[in-house]
Amino acid sequence: MARKPRMSALRRREALTGYLFIAPWLLGFLLVTAGPMLFSLYASFTNYDITSRFRWIGLENYRRLLFDDQFFWLSLGNTAFYAVFAVPLGIATGLTIAVLLNQKVPGQRVFRTVFYLPHVLTGVAVLLLWLWVFNPQFGPINVFLRLIGVQNPPLWFSDPNWAKPALIIMSMWGAAGGYLFYLAGLQGIPKQLYEAAQIDGASGFRQFLAVTVPMMSPVIFFKLIVGISGAMQYWESALIVSEGGKGGPSYSTLFYGLYMWQTAFGEYRMGYASAMAWILLLITLAITGLQLYFSKRWVYYEGEARR
Amino acid sequence: MTLEKQPQTLSPQRRWGRLWEVLFKVLVLALLCAIGGLILFPALWMVSTALKPDTQVYVSPPVWIPNPIKWENFAHAWMLAPFTRYFVNTTLYTLAVVIGTVLSCSLAAYGFAKLRFPGRDFLFVVLLSTMMIPGMVTMIPQFILFSKLHWVGSYLPLVVPSYFAGPFFTFMLRQYFLTIPMELSEAAKVDGASDLWIWGRVILPLSTSALATVAIFTFEGTWNSYVGPLLYLNDEKLYTVQVGLQFFRTASEVQWQYLMAASLMVMLPVIVLFFAFQKYFVEGSSISSGVKG
Repeated sequence: MARKPRMSALRRREALTGYLFIAPWLLGFLLVTAGPMLFSLYASFTNYDITSRFRWIGLENYRRLLFDDQFFWLSLGNTAFYAVFAVPLGIATGLTIAVLLNQKVPGQRVFRTVFYLPHVLTGVAVLLLWLWVFNPQFGPINVFLRLIGVQNPPLWFSDPNWAKPALIIMSMWGAAGGYLFYLAGLQGIPKQLYEAAQIDGASGFRQFLAVTVPMMSPVIFFKLIVGISGAMQYWESALIVSEGGKGGPSYSTLFYGLYMWQTAFGEYRMGYASAMAWILLLITLAITGLQLYFSKRWVYYEGEARR
Repeated sequence: MTLEKQPQTLSPQRRWGRLWEVLFKVLVLALLCAIGGLILFPALWMVSTALKPDTQVYVSPPVWIPNPIKWENFAHAWMLAPFTRYFVNTTLYTLAVVIGTVLSCSLAAYGFAKLRFPGRDFLFVVLLSTMMIPGMVTMIPQFILFSKLHWVGSYLPLVVPSYFAGPFFTFMLRQYFLTIPMELSEAAKVDGASDLWIWGRVILPLSTSALATVAIFTFEGTWNSYVGPLLYLNDEKLYTVQVGLQFFRTASEVQWQYLMAASLMVMLPVIVLFFAFQKYFVEGSSISSGVKG
């Protein structure tokens, strides 16, 4: 009987220590995540602009965004355009490299280093580099295009039609490092499946279609969903690449985040920008929910297949 | 392929199979080289431009190998803007963030991995779910908070949050700490050691590779970060290399060879880090891609 209270005292001590150890995270969660988020939810229903007092305007910000603000839809459209092209092309790049590297050719170490390098190279310096590579007059890309007979190669970042494709090409370069993820997936495919296909006389290409693609499809789909929700937050490059960071030319690189950045820190319309932030959060949650729904179905599917 | 034992002499069909295999390998190798070339070519273009005399920068078709090689472009670019100050600022800022991240994340991870307390699992789920919140959602209210504290115009808004154990690396370290057997900490506890002692003398020394991964990823991310410093630093004396580079580019129409030379110098620390600690980059990104995508 005398043991029990002593145990619980020990337990209490451990619990207290536990809270102290996680205190950095817990305080951060309350002070720099949850607290500010609740504040921004409140601010999104006001006309707050940092200098004035809050005036409650109800759903007015949301109404204006959805029905009266052409830039809201324009920037959302630009972002969706980017996501729809950059994410699948990025996956294709990473997957192609992984499939090639999986063929046990010499020079693996060198190739792995080279393909991973773009992953490390981010920041302003790399964006300046791409501006120079895409330079309409002296950049190597247009020089090459003229060489193969393209009369008027695109002006890239100065052309509303080509600014986004240029950003997408940039993103494919960065996505090469994603091969690591797919290579792990490829090496996880049971060898027996390929052996069985060989006995059935399937060619290498046939094996790829009938074994590799279906076995990799959950990985690919996972990357697709996660990539799209990540791409919805894409904008920082446009701050450097577009003229004056304004999303030009002709608002072709005005991504959702960039429009929010300008609304919040260019015009200090904090209430309005907070509403934009919450709409983005809802979009992200919807995409994540979709992913959870589908991932549950894969688990079910695999269980079925094993039976 | 291993179904039947092969006789010494190959049948013609078999020999074609071998030939096809070799051809296939050559094809794969050629494709890998082509992709590798596409990946390296912007970097080579950068190096080439950085070393050019100005007469060879704006020419079409472009010159790939500068003649003469102008090493002095680097020194010249360095003097065109206060890059020494930018580098000192960024180094101090990055080190402060790396120390904060490693310390706070490893403390919180120890709490989640090795100690029992009511609500632990619930709080851990909360931590996991905060990883999904887009940074842009918290950026605006955080700015308002920091401006009320009069921290805007200093490094405080950039450094202080890193001492509040971010969810991603806390999660990563917690997973690593879970692989260290409980018996080790229990044995130390029997000997009367405190949890802080166990954290510092038992767990951390056993986790050097995980800690190195956290430190390296944080270093890279902080060194390359641009939006945060741009938002919070409004005095040129405080600029980081990234912000400095952007202003260097826009303030005066700088010639491309100097811009590329400056960019290369800005990228150099991360490139050196990458080649020195490649192993940790690969380990870290295989963990992070599984979680974050």
